[in-house]
Amino acid sequence: MANTIHVDIVSAEGEIHSGDAEMVFVPASQGEIGIAPRHAPLLTTLKPGEVRVKPAGGGEELWFWIGGGALEIQPHLVTVLADTAARARDLDEAAALAAKQRAEEALRDRTGAMEVAEAQAELARAAAQLKAIEKIRKLKRG
Amino acid sequence: MPGAKEIRTKISSIKSTQKITKAMEMVAASKMRRAQDRMRAARPYAEKIRKVIGHIRQANPDYRHPFLVEREVKSVGIIVVSSDRGLCGSLNVNVFKQTLASVRGWQQKGVEVHLCLIGSKSMQFFRRLKLPVEASVAHLGDKPHVADLIGTVQAMLTLYREGKIDRLSLVSSEFINTMSQKPEERVVLPAETVDASELQERWDYIYEPSAADLLDGYMMRYVESQVYQAVVENLACEMAARMVAMKSATDNAGKLIDELQLIYNKARQAAITKEISEIVGGAAAV
Repeated sequence: MANTIHVDIVSAEGEIHSGDAEMVFVPASQGEIGIAPRHAPLLTTLKPGEVRVKPAGGGEELWFWIGGGALEIQPHLVTVLADTAARARDLDEAAALAAKQRAEEALRDRTGAMEVAEAQAELARAAAQLKAIEKIRKLKRG
Repeated sequence: MPGAKEIRTKISSIKSTQKITKAMEMVAASKMRRAQDRMRAARPYAEKIRKVIGHIRQANPDYRHPFLVEREVKSVGIIVVSSDRGLCGSLNVNVFKQTLASVRGWQQKGVEVHLCLIGSKSMQFFRRLKLPVEASVAHLGDKPHVADLIGTVQAMLTLYREGKIDRLSLVSSEFINTMSQKPEERVVLPAETVDASELQERWDYIYEPSAADLLDGYMMRYVESQVYQAVVENLACEMAARMVAMKSATDNAGKLIDELQLIYNKARQAAITKEISEIVGGAAAV
């Protein structure tokens, strides 16, 4: 524990790496930083680049490419939250607008979706009828 | 008694329906396995970021992020996660019931409700209600990506930031096991407090570059990961529910076929008996 630091590298769609390390290098937004055990608590964002991990007890240095993300450092723990999506403020806003528009369109555009909904309602009714028939038949027999 | 031919066509039509439901069951079973894997894969990130947010709450920054501060609730936002397709039992209906109950609860207290809909089933359902829908997304497919959710989540976060909603919750199905899924509502914002007893002293992070920007990014990722987790979990639930629903449909079709087969045999026997008696009667008359 004394000379190692635990590293977790995760992305929203899966765990990438987890283990103890002697040293970790990450591409922080303000320049690359090297993290040794007992580093001061730090929060920062990451640029696209590679994370290098020197595993505990020697061994080959591990490289992970990440497309940006966020980083938390605690004295005994490094957490790299890698982004799976390319992001930028304006990109996110555009996506938000699109989501809003979709909601409005779904409310306005009644024809196409309504037909589907009606057909589905019809299907549900037919299924219910079938079920009822089956029940009646059972009652008659019993 | 209906004619033998009529029953025969009915049996064959039920048989083809049974083939379809059987195929759907098997497809759902294999998709469920993959969906479960995806659900498991998404868990570490959600856990880690929750832990980080917990640490952030424990820290003593000069800057308090609005997402961490409780406000008086005047209006709420609810994110509803449903499937895109039906034929999965009562999965979606249960989620909608839970949502409606919570909507009624808020409305009775005079609180406004804004909705955010994920999945086309919820869009169909909530269209009838006269509630403001702020964002929606559907057709995420079998492999939902975080990128597809960013816009939707962002729209709700903007509302929260602007003070148009004071609380954001998420209604979705919880995957218990293949046979049972339970609707569940969770509060996303303001972020819950997590006890981290290991870090008791007064301390704070070094923020690079500034606390406001950083925490914004963290909170955004936190909410996104919660929503993403709910979406993949819902997908696993959908497949499990469909598998079970299709299995019972297949079984029912089998029972129906057995019954009809019996009726068919009787009808056939009756026809033969009738024919014989006619022949015998005819012969006797001669």
